[in-house]
Amino acid sequence: MRPFTSHTGQVVPLDRTDVDTDQIIPKQFLKRIERTGYGQFLFYDWRRQEDGSLDPEFCLNREEFQEGSILVAGKNFGCGSSREHAPWALMDYGFRVIISSSFADIFKSNCYENGLLPLELSERGTARLLTLAEKSCTVTVDLVAQQVMDGQGWREEFQIDPYVRNSLIKGLDRITHTLSLEEHIGSYENERDSRS
Amino acid sequence: MLDKIWERHLVYSQEKQPDLIYIDLHLLHEVTSPQAFEGLRTAKRQVRRPDLTFATVDHNVPTTDRSLPIHDELARNQIAALRENSKDFGVTLYDIDSAEQGIVHVIAPELGLTQPGMTIVCGDSHTSTHGAFGTLAFGIGTSQVEHVLATQCLTMDKPKSMQIKLSGNLKPGVTAKDVILGIIAKIGIDGGSEHVIEYTGDAIRNLSMEERMTICNMSIEAGARAGMISPDDTTISYLLERIKTSDINNSDSIIDNWMELPSDEGCTFDRVIEIDAESLEPCVTWGTNPEMSIPITESIPDPQDADSPEAQDAMERALFYMGLEPGIPIQNISIDRVFIGSCTNSRLSDLQAAATIVNGKKVHENVKAMVVPGSTAIKKQAEELGLHKIFLDAGFEWRESGCSMCLGMNPDILNPGERCASTSNRNFEGRQGKGGRTHLVSPAMAAGSAIAGHFVDVREWLD
Ligand code: SF4
Repeated sequence: MRPFTSHTGQVVPLDRTDVDTDQIIPKQFLKRIERTGYGQFLFYDWRRQEDGSLDPEFCLNREEFQEGSILVAGKNFGCGSSREHAPWALMDYGFRVIISSSFADIFKSNCYENGLLPLELSERGTARLLTLAEKSCTVTVDLVAQQVMDGQGWREEFQIDPYVRNSLIKGLDRITHTLSLEEHIGSYENERDSRS
Repeated sequence: MLDKIWERHLVYSQEKQPDLIYIDLHLLHEVTSPQAFEGLRTAKRQVRRPDLTFATVDHNVPTTDRSLPIHDELARNQIAALRENSKDFGVTLYDIDSAEQGIVHVIAPELGLTQPGMTIVCGDSHTSTHGAFGTLAFGIGTSQVEHVLATQCLTMDKPKSMQIKLSGNLKPGVTAKDVILGIIAKIGIDGGSEHVIEYTGDAIRNLSMEERMTICNMSIEAGARAGMISPDDTTISYLLERIKTSDINNSDSIIDNWMELPSDEGCTFDRVIEIDAESLEPCVTWGTNPEMSIPITESIPDPQDADSPEAQDAMERALFYMGLEPGIPIQNISIDRVFIGSCTNSRLSDLQAAATIVNGKKVHENVKAMVVPGSTAIKKQAEELGLHKIFLDAGFEWRESGCSMCLGMNPDILNPGERCASTSNRNFEGRQGKGGRTHLVSPAMAAGSAIAGHFVDVREWLD
């Protein structure tokens, strides 16, 4: 997994709540058997107008947000299905951080597995950032210091599970870690199998 | 009950680290597994417990004549990949032509694989369905699928617990689907976030296993990690019919073990919500997430009445997408399509409930309606009971089993602007096809709407 320590980038505002995984990556693009190449399908339907042309109003299509690498959105981002294609698409598109006041549980854990940071800010902080981003802003997300700042004097601390933080910083491979506990798994398994 | 199951599966725990828990049953399907197997291959790892791992094809499969080759090349490849992976890694696969094939969450209980006290995972959010048997069952992403394949374990923190107590009795004509839609409308689509919901109370106890599965299935639509219902006599008799007795050495002690699972009298939950079962009505969703529902007797709500600007914005957006105006009685809204199926409502009792309404009537001339049984076995049982005749005579299509129009990964999709009464679980934008408008309802309500051509209060149709 790609380690994450700190990231500075332009913020893209997606002012919608309860953004579900069917919007992040619609089902017709889940038929591939690879982990890569999903960025082009990110928010596929929202990016398009009825006649199939790109909607110039949608944030990802706006000229000024082409370099964006931090997405900020309303509460409960990533609700719906467990498809890991959602974080794959976001990362493949170029996002490194998603900021919201809350995330759906499975989406959050899928992000952690891929080194994409789902950053939970206060509702006020999120709302503020949504407004700031409209006028274009660049922020630095520092996972080590657990803060976001815009270089203009705004700074907010955020909370994250210490274990998760550490794994992200180190880019820890969870399977390798679990396999190092083989002794415990083996003895649990022996006892389990003798019961049934 | 969550604590007990967690305790029984704890492999390793250390302060300031998530727990390592053992997984008893790992279910796979074609869409979320190929990258996980690829990961194993690259790292030269094996599937640790192929005996605890089962696969089926459901999301992509066509529901028309299965003897023909699959048109869609990508879908065909994905199915072929699962076939090859299952073979290479020694995993049992219920393939497209197998008598056991079906939607993953329908077949595992049907085959007796799902048993009380188990930890169950699948790369699919509706894994919460299996909680109806008193299991801890939840959806995981593909990286975690790979993790479980390789280690049979998962690292995670114990979720918080929430009790939803449904006291009193349901009114006649109110189904399990209405119960869960009613609950989601009350607590919101993120109301269960970070929690495992345990459903308790008399109204839950009186439900059949199939109805309990419908409720647990949609726990994820309330944002919950999982849903569960403690095992009782209903659970045991369902399972004894399905588990081969030869598989059980000592059935008494196994049943005793199951019956130790229910939460102890007086135990505490992190959150408790009480709902009076009598207050629930048959529901229809009007918007673009499962929380946006109203009783069938009401009218489309007005965004002006929303309690926050964000909520108002979301409602306006939803009404625009759905092509609806505030204030219109939901029963006045006509529909183009009806879909009876999905892991929420495609079991035999669901098909029976729909057939009871349809019997002897005809599907409205403006409506195209289809029934997609949840498994090949259910299809067969329904045919033995003659249900397919009732549906076919009325003008419904009678299909092979699969996820079908629940998410439209196969050719079964809505056209832009089409309005569908669907027994599935998600009414997100474009879920059933780009521009398609989904209204979630129970099987009986879907059947009634197919006949009437608009939403109806099926209670008026019951004698
Ligand atoms: S029926 Fe629908 S919700 Fe259920 S597993 Fe299939 S696609 Fe998912």
